[in-house]
Amino acid sequence: MNIYALVKRTFDTEERIAVSNGKIVEDGAEFIINPYDEYAIEEAIQVRDEHGGEVTVITIGDEEAEKQLRTALAMGADKAVLINTEDDLDEMDEFSAAKIIAEYLKDKKADLILAGNVAIDGGSGQVGPRVAELLGINYITTITNLEIDGTSVKIIRDVEGDSETIETSLPLLVTAQQGLNEPRYPSLPGIMKAKKKPLEELELDDLDLDEDDVEAKTETIEIYLPPQKSAGRILEGDLSNQVKELVDLLNKEAKVL
Amino acid sequence: MSKKVVVLGEAREGALRNVSLEAIAAAKTVAGGGEIVGLLFGDTVQTLGEEMIKYGADRVVTVEHPHLKHYTSDGFGQAFMAVYEQEKPEAIVFGHTALGKDLSPKIASKLASGLVSDVTAIEGEGDDAVFVRPIYSGKAFEKVKNKDGLLFITVRPNNIEPLAKDDSRSGDVSSISVDITNLRSVISEVVRKSTEGVDLSEAKVVVAGGRGVKSAEGFAPLEELAQLLGGAVGASRGACDADYCDYSLQIGQTGKVVTPDLYIAAGISGAIQHMAGMSNSKVIVAINKDPEANIFKVADYGIVGDLFEVIPMMIEEIKKIKTN
Repeated sequence: MNIYALVKRTFDTEERIAVSNGKIVEDGAEFIINPYDEYAIEEAIQVRDEHGGEVTVITIGDEEAEKQLRTALAMGADKAVLINTEDDLDEMDEFSAAKIIAEYLKDKKADLILAGNVAIDGGSGQVGPRVAELLGINYITTITNLEIDGTSVKIIRDVEGDSETIETSLPLLVTAQQGLNEPRYPSLPGIMKAKKKPLEELELDDLDLDEDDVEAKTETIEIYLPPQKSAGRILEGDLSNQVKELVDLLNKEAKVL
Repeated sequence: MSKKVVVLGEAREGALRNVSLEAIAAAKTVAGGGEIVGLLFGDTVQTLGEEMIKYGADRVVTVEHPHLKHYTSDGFGQAFMAVYEQEKPEAIVFGHTALGKDLSPKIASKLASGLVSDVTAIEGEGDDAVFVRPIYSGKAFEKVKNKDGLLFITVRPNNIEPLAKDDSRSGDVSSISVDITNLRSVISEVVRKSTEGVDLSEAKVVVAGGRGVKSAEGFAPLEELAQLLGGAVGASRGACDADYCDYSLQIGQTGKVVTPDLYIAAGISGAIQHMAGMSNSKVIVAINKDPEANIFKVADYGIVGDLFEVIPMMIEEIKKIKTN
């Protein structure tokens, strides 16, 4: 089976976010594979181990993203592709990213493409379904279970807390929700092997794309931090009086009851 | 320049979802005086058309088909494109719901348009509209503009105030017939796990438990409090990892991001990942035995104490208010 996983390099979830000159400060920050993409990679590896085939991980970014691709290879992916846009694009949006990935995938005859359902930085959750649409294949988002039998696929997806069972077929793009699996940590032999696995680096030119073809449709004009919350009131006194006071405050001061 | 805007209305258990009313209000802002056309897709949705009009839509177009009873991206995509071809709108507004998140990128891709997802506020009007959306799970915000061409946004539930209901408004509710074919996904089963029909991301009140809840049974008083307040129960990752509850309840950087009017955090220490999912709530109450817990730093009101003592007392006190 020809399996692809779409991966994004993101800030570590532990990082505090700072803004300087209208940009998120990246200096010294730790970067990770977007947590939802880890589920996608893990699932891709499990599907390959059960049904055979090959897992290729793809990312768009600069050379820094090689680290996350090596981590995915160390987890067990077979090949990696870095589409390096550093020299070509200053700004991109979901339209641009989807177009680039779809252009790479269009002649690859993918059976299954997996992605995270959302990236924890941009948080739009668009790229997966956009890629599927550009490739003309079906997609299912926020999946928590995947069973493949030949070309038949049975999926359970999370819909705002409810779960839907869906029958569909390959080729297919799915986006991973938490609960799909437990992503493995790369083993030491895995890390050693990953160093020798193929990592292909491409630029827009190699995909026959011009900057104009992938020009962003939207534009970020400002980035800022939410206003700091001032410390709240810790109530004091006898516990039952505290509760009375709290309910009274919620009712009369905050007016939320 | 004024814009003609289409707004997709969503029904849940036969009623229009609140987020759809909020989407109409958002449409009003971007329309800059242009016409607002509500859209309803389903097997029987005709009756909801008037409701959309009373909340600000000028008219409504419905597509009814047995294949639209359950949402599929193919079915709703076909219905939407048929209406799009007929109406040729200049802007599109969806709710940022499970359905909106799933369908909007497909439509944006088909129309080769931009898409500003998860909008929490709109500054300016018409062509000058700028969209505010959270990034890094609410640790920061960005303002986004559409460059040119079709404008497409999804709005996060609970953030944009709906317009006041005006019973005197009337408008045309028409239907178009669309042949819904070649569905590539078939939904064979739906299991409702959500409590009492109150969706976590849309709830005005969220009562969330963490490791301090100690067991699955420990969630019972939280559920009682949530029900009393017409809210939903949520959880921290710690509680989900410990198997006290389903991952569908998880609030945080991974999991759901919620912005209710009232967020009650019980036995939650306040890891940075959890705070990312709830810190933009309007009023936050923290209940924790540990006075040093991080959650107190974002709480408006805090009680240092055992949640199993505090929550039952809260339930009693709130019942007193409600009966008065």
